[in-house]
Amino acid sequence: MLTILFDGVAYGMLLFILALGLAVTMGLMNFINLAHGAFAMAGGYITVLLMQEAGVPFLVCLPLAFLGSALLGGVLERTLYRPLYHKPHLDQVLFSIGLTFMAVASVDYFVGSSQQLIQLPEWLKGRSEWGQGAWTLGMGHYRLFIIVVCAALTVGLQYVLTRTRFGSRLRASVDDQRVAAGLGINVNLVFLSTFAVGSGLAGLGGALGAEVLGLDPSFPLKFMIYFLIVVAVGGTSSITGPLLAALLLGVADVAGKYYIPKLGAFIVYSVMIAILIWRPQGLFVRRGGKS
Amino acid sequence: MKKRMFLDACALAVAALFSANVMAQANTFKIGLILPMTGQQASTGRQIEAAARLYMAQNGDTVAGKKIELIVKDDTTVPTVTKRLAQELVVNDKVNVLAGFGITPSALATAPIATQSKTPQVVMAAATSIITEASPYIVRTSFTLAQVSVALADWAPKNGIKTVVSLVSDYGPGIDAEKYFKERLALNGAQVIESLRVPMRNPDFAPFLQKVRDLKPDALFVFVPSGAGAAVMKQFLERGMDKAGIRLIATGDVTDDDQLNDMGDGALGVVTSHHYSAAHPSAVNKKFVAAFEKANPGMRPNFMAVGGYDGMRVIYEALRITKGVGGGDALVAAMKGQIFESPRGPMYIDAQTRDVVQNVYLRKVEKVDGKLYNVEFDVIKDVKDPGKTK
Repeated sequence: MLTILFDGVAYGMLLFILALGLAVTMGLMNFINLAHGAFAMAGGYITVLLMQEAGVPFLVCLPLAFLGSALLGGVLERTLYRPLYHKPHLDQVLFSIGLTFMAVASVDYFVGSSQQLIQLPEWLKGRSEWGQGAWTLGMGHYRLFIIVVCAALTVGLQYVLTRTRFGSRLRASVDDQRVAAGLGINVNLVFLSTFAVGSGLAGLGGALGAEVLGLDPSFPLKFMIYFLIVVAVGGTSSITGPLLAALLLGVADVAGKYYIPKLGAFIVYSVMIAILIWRPQGLFVRRGGKS
Repeated sequence: MKKRMFLDACALAVAALFSANVMAQANTFKIGLILPMTGQQASTGRQIEAAARLYMAQNGDTVAGKKIELIVKDDTTVPTVTKRLAQELVVNDKVNVLAGFGITPSALATAPIATQSKTPQVVMAAATSIITEASPYIVRTSFTLAQVSVALADWAPKNGIKTVVSLVSDYGPGIDAEKYFKERLALNGAQVIESLRVPMRNPDFAPFLQKVRDLKPDALFVFVPSGAGAAVMKQFLERGMDKAGIRLIATGDVTDDDQLNDMGDGALGVVTSHHYSAAHPSAVNKKFVAAFEKANPGMRPNFMAVGGYDGMRVIYEALRITKGVGGGDALVAAMKGQIFESPRGPMYIDAQTRDVVQNVYLRKVEKVDGKLYNVEFDVIKDVKDPGKTK
């Protein structure tokens, strides 16, 4: 049982890192970016290709995946996304879905559509077991690694958001864009850097998730629904909201598949429906903020 | 006046082209190959297309005075697309044979079209037993899960395996594998203590494998569609299940030749049952593998490729026998009962069921020349599909 909890937490943390960029983008820029999964896929493929073709070690690939996706995000934000900020949401949806299809097709064309396999370094392949009987906690080292990395990132991001000037500028722009601009905050720059960091995080999540979730060209379409669930349940106005939503969903998914395998995949959706009926605006939404 | 002359000239040109087209068609034999070239089962499509083209390259493209034309269409692993493409091929391109069909729903969706248009449908990949019963025009050259699962259920109890947990993907072939494995295992005195079904679009096998670990069976029987085997293998090893004393037995889809070499040494020793291994030690197979690898560098042929290769053989031979006379009914009659040596071993198309009867081999993953192969160590000859209800 503890092992299932552990696996669920690892899965949830991975979902959190993947979905965080989407939550911030939706909350900050009021932009529905369905192409978020494509940035995650980009990070995954950067890692796979660097490891397979250039023999780059796994740990070095992770920051490279972050940087690659962040760069891609920054460039696309400046050129493609910015003209669409004030357009109606439907236009944004159509645009980002189109971008997703383009990403899927080009990856399929250049790399092929088979599942990409990563060979992890030896020290990440092990497993530790503590306790016995029903209370055994079996921790795969790779999942432990994911939890540690994601926890560190969460702490770091929360610090940036609450203790730095950039963080306060970001929060001001989320609250009310026009007043923030009126006070001299360079909203365009805030948007650009936030989008880039969000995409970079997605890329990092894609790289970490290649081992656990699998990586093939249809990754953005397969996992977009999970990211949207995390954002819908967790709300878009803080980091802790999506974090708790992702953990809840990760544990519910893994535990559900273990205890009730017949319902397996549906558990996530039932939990989402239950939570949204109880709190339609999401679990953690600040009163008075722009919802 | 000039406009009228121009219009008349255009009409004449169109008529001339049209008649030329019709004349050319009388001497071509078209094969409509519908394959998943993109999407979840894209590896299947690639392998079958490569094998079909190899067969054509080796045997020429003229049979009984007719030129063979291969039309390849991508159904993106979506059965509604398969049905639409089959309709277009039959109505617009007027194909003589439909072939391919990477997954069971695709083959079943096309069955009514084959029946209505009296077009033979050669199934080269899909593996659920009921497919051949969906239309009297369906001939299969691939295999069925029932065939290969019973072979494993015969082998396991003789090798110290008394309790098994089965883990299959939740769709047609998976359910077939689970059912026939369980029945045959019970017949042999061992027992399936739990049957788990994994959703098709499954991100993570962790909870299911953890459940297996907690149940502590002698062995875990797995079926997942070709391409997903690597993920199962990796997570099986990562969870330390081999060290916990649980053996992994599976149908050959898990140690798919296409992916086997990339699975790493953790796959060594896994016992599977299947109808084709790239390491099958026959002269015909060695020639096939060499030619395939030469034409497609970096690609090893797998059981999908051999299904495509033999499917083309069945079509060519049927055309040779009928000499292009008699349409779909004659072709199907000529396909039934064909018996020949395939790269997989000897096989024949059953005249009653139109399904494939072939040897099923038990193989173990071993290292040969530094690469991983499924090495055959036992065989069950001429296995008929036990899954037929009619």
